[in-house]
Amino acid sequence: MLVADRLIKDFGPHRAVDGVSFTLERGEVLGFLGPNGAGKTTTMRMLAGGLEPDGGKAMIGGHDCVADRLEAQARLGYLPEGAPAYPSMTPRSFVEFGLRARGFSGAAMKRACDLALERARLEGFASQPIGTLSKGYKRRAALAAAIAHDPPVLILDEPTDGLDPNQKDGVRALIREMAPEKAIIISTHILEEVPAVCSRAIIIARGKLLFDGTPNELAKSGPGGGVENAFRAMTMADNPVEAAS
Amino acid sequence: MSGLLAVYRRELTAYFQTPLAYVFLAVFGFAAPAFAFHVGRFFDTNRADLAPLFDYLPWLLVVLMPALAMRAWAEERDRGTLEFLMALPIPLWASAAGKFLAAWSVAALAIVLTFPMWIAVNYLGEPDNAAIATGYLGTLLLAGAYLAVGQALSATTANQVVAFVLGAGAAFLLTMAGLPFVLAALGENAPALVTEFVAGLSALDHYNAFQRGVIGLADLVYFIGLIIVSLALAGVLIAERRGGGR
Repeated sequence: MLVADRLIKDFGPHRAVDGVSFTLERGEVLGFLGPNGAGKTTTMRMLAGGLEPDGGKAMIGGHDCVADRLEAQARLGYLPEGAPAYPSMTPRSFVEFGLRARGFSGAAMKRACDLALERARLEGFASQPIGTLSKGYKRRAALAAAIAHDPPVLILDEPTDGLDPNQKDGVRALIREMAPEKAIIISTHILEEVPAVCSRAIIIARGKLLFDGTPNELAKSGPGGGVENAFRAMTMADNPVEAAS
Repeated sequence: MSGLLAVYRRELTAYFQTPLAYVFLAVFGFAAPAFAFHVGRFFDTNRADLAPLFDYLPWLLVVLMPALAMRAWAEERDRGTLEFLMALPIPLWASAAGKFLAAWSVAALAIVLTFPMWIAVNYLGEPDNAAIATGYLGTLLLAGAYLAVGQALSATTANQVVAFVLGAGAAFLLTMAGLPFVLAALGENAPALVTEFVAGLSALDHYNAFQRGVIGLADLVYFIGLIIVSLALAGVLIAERRGGGR
């Protein structure tokens, strides 16, 4: 469904993503882990067609994310970092805008929009301007827009960031609910989220892929067991000062 | 096409969901006749035409069109929504055209607000209505050119104030280029070729042709060409962002 093939991205002299490769199939939920600045968002932006790789290839549903961008993007639902949304629009009009841009209209659009708002648990706030909503509801509006067209691939950049514990549970439940029919990537730095929703985990740091396996394997790989210990051992291994403190 | 229409619809709604369109229409609706009556001495000319209006409209458009255009891309960049827009399966030219047509629609509505003056001159005398109609067409095209240039410049920055200043500066230069004193000054100091080139850039010359009741091919090509080149420039500038500073 989704292929990242030796992706490389440079920002000036800094190599943000350095040869990251992985594939994702339907039914998988991939937890994309790494410290801040590891290259998670940059990798996701390349997969979403918002950034062109300097080397390697990104493909969605067999379509190249650069050469065949529109076809790749038609199969993708993307929640960008920070869940940007137009503050003067209501969640309903925001979701409808995305659907219209994808060629939806009439009853099919209304049905898709209603379902997305319901799944993102936004019903009561669907007609208020997004600018007046709390951070959690704003994020859910952006999430609704990402899932509305029922894409086979979902890329969600920190979908639970800034949500309260109940809202986090709600989003995790939604991801589990959609998991069987979709290929989903979620980036997070909340490690307890990984065993809760992900069937697979990838760790990247300094642009390089360090681990690719199940959350169980990840937990076993670290000293003393547990996802957190493994994460720390892996991402700090080449930085002894941070590791010691 | 669905992408263009979706962007057009969203942009047009956005103008009216914020006070922007209303403030713009009110200022334009007030300023255009004010210029015509006070500066253009609409009644004192004793002529049944809209020259007092058309003579001053370009200067009003120089300031007001960039105000309408400045948000086009700068706001998307500032709010991060550009990331959302660029992840939609729509070509960039469709986004650029949708944004332009929405702003142009608001501008057209503002120009329509000066229609009472057209009715007034018909009531007071017997104007050349064909010339007034082409005058309005020229105004619409001039407004479109300033908007397209302003939107292209809006793609260079995430700051709307910077976008406005750049847009107004560009519109001012395009308008000034054809004024006799500018060309005279150039004629004394620059080669004839440069003077001719600057005169050819002048929006005012092409605009004035429409006021005389003439729809010249060269004038149409000038305005439509300027609009298309500017929209393409906006598309290139935004596409450049996918490169991430390569």
